[in-house]
Amino acid sequence: MHSTNYHAATTAAEAASLLSSAEDGALLAGGQTLLPTMKARLAAPSDLIDISRAEELRGISVTDGTAIIGAMTTHAEVAGHAELRSAFPALCDLAGRIGDPAVRHRGTIGGSLANNDPAACYPAAVLGTGATISTNKRDIAADDYFEGMFATALDAGEVITSITFPIPDAANYQKFAQPASRFALVGVFVAKSADRVRVAVTGASEEGVFRWTNAETSLSSDFTADAIGGLSVSSQGMISDLHGDGSYRANLVQVLTARAVAAAS
Amino acid sequence: MSQGIGAAVKRKEDKRFTTGKGKYTDDIRMENQAYAAFVRSPHAHARVNSIDTSAAEAMDGVIAILNGAELTGDGIGNIICGWAITSKDGSPMNMGAWSALATEKTRYVGDAVAIVIAETNAQARAAAEAVDIDYEELPVAASLAAALSDGAPQIHENAPGNIVYDWEIGENEATEAALAGAAHITKMDITNNRLSPNPMEPRSAVAIYDDAEDHYTLYTTSQNPHVARLVLSAFYNVAPEHKLRVIAPDVGGGFGSKIYIYPEEIACLWASMKTNRSVKWTSDRTEAFLTDAHGRDHVTKARMGFDQDGRIVGFKVSTKANFGAYMSLFSSAVPTYLYATLLSGTYNIPNIYCEVLGVYTNTVPVDAYRGAGRPEASYLVERMIETAAREMGKDPADLRNINFIREFPHQTPVIMNYDSGDFEGNMRQAMVAADWAGFGARKAESAMRGKLRGIGMSCYIEACGIAPSAAVGSLGAGVGLWESAEVRMNPVGTIEVLTGSHSHGQGHETTFAQVVADRFGVPIDTVQIVHGDTDKVQFGMGTYGSRSGPVGMSAIVKALDKLEVKIRKLAAHLLEASEADIVIEDGQVKVDGTNKVLAWHEVGLAAYTGHNLPEGMEPGLKEGAFYDPLNFTFPMGCFICEVEVDPQTGKTEILKFVASDDFGTIINPMIVDGQVHGGIAQGVGQAMLEEVRYSEDGQQLSASYMDYAMPRADDLPDFDVLHHSTPCTTNPLGMKGCGEAGAIGTPPAVINAITDAIGNNDLSMPATPAKVWAALNSATIAAE
Amino acid sequence: MSEIKMTVNGKPVGGDVADNMLLVEFIRETLRLTGTHVGCDTSQCGACVVHVDGKAVKSCTMLAAAADGAEVTTIEGVANGDLHPMQKAFNDNHGLQCGFCTPGMIMSGIDMVNRYKAEGKTLDEAAIRHELEGNICRCTGYHNIVKSISQAAGEM
Repeated sequence: MHSTNYHAATTAAEAASLLSSAEDGALLAGGQTLLPTMKARLAAPSDLIDISRAEELRGISVTDGTAIIGAMTTHAEVAGHAELRSAFPALCDLAGRIGDPAVRHRGTIGGSLANNDPAACYPAAVLGTGATISTNKRDIAADDYFEGMFATALDAGEVITSITFPIPDAANYQKFAQPASRFALVGVFVAKSADRVRVAVTGASEEGVFRWTNAETSLSSDFTADAIGGLSVSSQGMISDLHGDGSYRANLVQVLTARAVAAAS
Repeated sequence: MSQGIGAAVKRKEDKRFTTGKGKYTDDIRMENQAYAAFVRSPHAHARVNSIDTSAAEAMDGVIAILNGAELTGDGIGNIICGWAITSKDGSPMNMGAWSALATEKTRYVGDAVAIVIAETNAQARAAAEAVDIDYEELPVAASLAAALSDGAPQIHENAPGNIVYDWEIGENEATEAALAGAAHITKMDITNNRLSPNPMEPRSAVAIYDDAEDHYTLYTTSQNPHVARLVLSAFYNVAPEHKLRVIAPDVGGGFGSKIYIYPEEIACLWASMKTNRSVKWTSDRTEAFLTDAHGRDHVTKARMGFDQDGRIVGFKVSTKANFGAYMSLFSSAVPTYLYATLLSGTYNIPNIYCEVLGVYTNTVPVDAYRGAGRPEASYLVERMIETAAREMGKDPADLRNINFIREFPHQTPVIMNYDSGDFEGNMRQAMVAADWAGFGARKAESAMRGKLRGIGMSCYIEACGIAPSAAVGSLGAGVGLWESAEVRMNPVGTIEVLTGSHSHGQGHETTFAQVVADRFGVPIDTVQIVHGDTDKVQFGMGTYGSRSGPVGMSAIVKALDKLEVKIRKLAAHLLEASEADIVIEDGQVKVDGTNKVLAWHEVGLAAYTGHNLPEGMEPGLKEGAFYDPLNFTFPMGCFICEVEVDPQTGKTEILKFVASDDFGTIINPMIVDGQVHGGIAQGVGQAMLEEVRYSEDGQQLSASYMDYAMPRADDLPDFDVLHHSTPCTTNPLGMKGCGEAGAIGTPPAVINAITDAIGNNDLSMPATPAKVWAALNSATIAAE
Repeated sequence: MSEIKMTVNGKPVGGDVADNMLLVEFIRETLRLTGTHVGCDTSQCGACVVHVDGKAVKSCTMLAAAADGAEVTTIEGVANGDLHPMQKAFNDNHGLQCGFCTPGMIMSGIDMVNRYKAEGKTLDEAAIRHELEGNICRCTGYHNIVKSISQAAGEM
């Protein structure tokens, strides 16, 4: 790992200030992606601003129809939160299948969303529910946030503070794990609310997480697995790698969506 | 409770490992220790025009940056392959020069070009990154097909067409004639996927030069420290043997990959002398993927012919074996004498012919990995016979059964002479345990849930106990493959066993002590096993090829025999009895039919005080032995795998895995079963998960655990491990060896099961979900 | 450089550490507690698992500076005099061969038993296999590791 300067920030404001004064600074959340990247010498930030212990960025609150999760809340905390589980079990299940137990003790929702790995799980939940990402500067709707592989709407110096999820009436996340990394080879998050159904797919597309709008339309009128049986998914633009080509991923999108609908209904 | 042969004694060595007190090479830190990092070629094939170290040398903490010209200039010799193979036309194999630090050309991504020595690991790595090398990229051949194509780049000047050798075994004409008369011929093209061994402990070396004594010490992650010392001394000219001590302390797994003496150990020893510092290097995982010898990587065409009754009449095999960029230490023997000699499998096959083309490519060198040649043979034979049964509409167990060898000794057409076994007995036991008869009902139940269930077996055989020295010498081996042992009984009666075998997970500290406990009835806690240090153990050939039991323990038995003779003679003298009446049991020496007895420590004390010895007896109790095997040993067994495939995703779940093995005599069933478990896991890894993949330009695409799928706990079922033993007839304890069987017998059982489930026999390893799904879809399309 | 203070295996430790020093480097190289191992570069193998403030983490994927103020337990610190039930269970069930992954396995095993007990959930064999997703063993095929953790779960 290249040398770097470590700073611990206790608030988002302090983090933003440290970031702005750094030559080439980076926020350090749980570090479960950034540190391996630095160890591989693929990233070399001049300064690391550790926000993992900023209390104002941690915690879960479940109020009427909404779950607000602090950006530095770990996957384990989300997975194990009793109140959240009774209101929004799909989100807890998703968090409980990210990485492994030790990774879940460190990794955070904010870190995952800021990184926007095309095979990460959380982006599917955020886009699949139409959540709102709050930063030290503004609120960003999920539909405006994800801008392709490892690309987001975040500006330099912007710090995610929390994520607000509208709690759906029914939801489910289906993850098919890549055999080596155990990231999502494909993951599908389906959320049904009174007025609409959203379907978000991670792992599959070269453009990162995306909404499968044809399925959303069909499912909005008939929320059954059969409703999407006639739809086809194009393998165009799907990721093709050692673990599966585009047509295999396209197949998984269809299969996992049907399973998510069946499990959510 | 007995602690002797056959007892499931808990391991003596566990306490240090479970409490974090194991001492692995990277745990060692010397005074005056510096750190090495290697500058490695980012290109698979390139000419090295110049090396500019000026910027790197100016960096913090840098002590020295040394290159291949300096290394060869100091007389350090090229890395050799120790087994000479002769081609069909009588010509010797074409061994290309391999310098520990590449001089003119690099031939694979990861080929070391320079070594950086610095005060800290981080400084060494940073400086290695700053070494500026002017490479001229050359065309790349990163696969067998590319290396054998017209106009392929020439990787070594002395290997035209990139051919290492073109070897054969068996009778071609007789085999062709037998196939011409066959009632049915099964033809297959089979690929054996390339693997990375991946012991969890990465390789590491600490090289210590003592300028006052002109003496070197090397701590290293080795399965065979004496072999390391031998080649470092005799071939690489690092130091003469008496000036070089090699210590392999606790070693975290090997699976073959830690047999070889790699460029890094050579360079660290040499750099230690050049800098007069202790030099440590520890691989990271990506470096391990880029430099540890890979395994397998065969492409084979085969035909197996059967008569009207299903009896095999002939088997013809043509294999291309990928050697990588250089010939590693045992590489030449793996696709020849460790592979083609097992092509008879467990079957009576009158005619066999096999030809093997060894091929250089711009990839990591390939050498023995758990099973080494035998998994490739077993996969081929067991896929062929399963496929033949399907083609002929015969029950796969019946077809195997009518072809089983039943009389021993059995001479195959490919060198091996099997001494013992009960092939049908193992198969029947496995079939009962797997409830083979009830499979149809289970398949129907799966179908109700929309799942595809399949069952597959393999009846493998392999050769262990490598090997009779004269025999392997006549086949080209550069070393003898005996083993040595020394047994010392101390004045207080405790015993030290010094062995040339090396334990890196096999539990020798327990099982070897059990052999002593069995002989004398002493507690295993009074027996200490000493291994892994060339200054303590006189010599040894090390641990690989499942040889620690059949060869290593046989040497201990031989030394115990000598010790027992002396103890009997001494006891007879002290107890005034006839030697014939002396009984050794429960740690006491008694005179049969009397109440005369010597406590164990009284024997030791008498031997060492020397006050009252028989006429002509030397004081002390220490005996050594070299054991040279009479034959290979032949572990065999039947594995049955039952799977369920999700047709929508192609995901396969192993529901049941039964292994019934014949390992001959078993010293510790708990440890033997553990070896089988681990072997099965690696076999499942090969069958379903693991593959080293290269891009056309020779970049390794799977060089981390992000892309190389290691078997995890939830990929595997509980295993049913059974035994049905017939003792080996050619070694004193009747042992056959158990370390590799799982890795050898498993892949064909798994693939036979998956192809049974999906109804498409065209499936290559690893059978990933994506591949199984594709095979299912192509089968569906074909059916439509 | 950052000045850190933490408790490791019950003992206060600290000092100035490089800002890019990983927790595992601090444990192995500074404290010379070499039972914690490094088996990969990508946070998958789990040989480096330790407990930070009572939770299993991969010490190769955490900065030493970020552990300032933490309570850290390594394999050397789990036993209270005699062997911890998890350590004993690995010996009883032949849950280890080469021993390299073993410290991480034991630390993960203790963590999973603690979590399941706290949540009142049953740690059956399927759950143990799932919970071991972040620990790779190349020797045992996991069969006896699962048995070891299962035994210890009944004794802890």
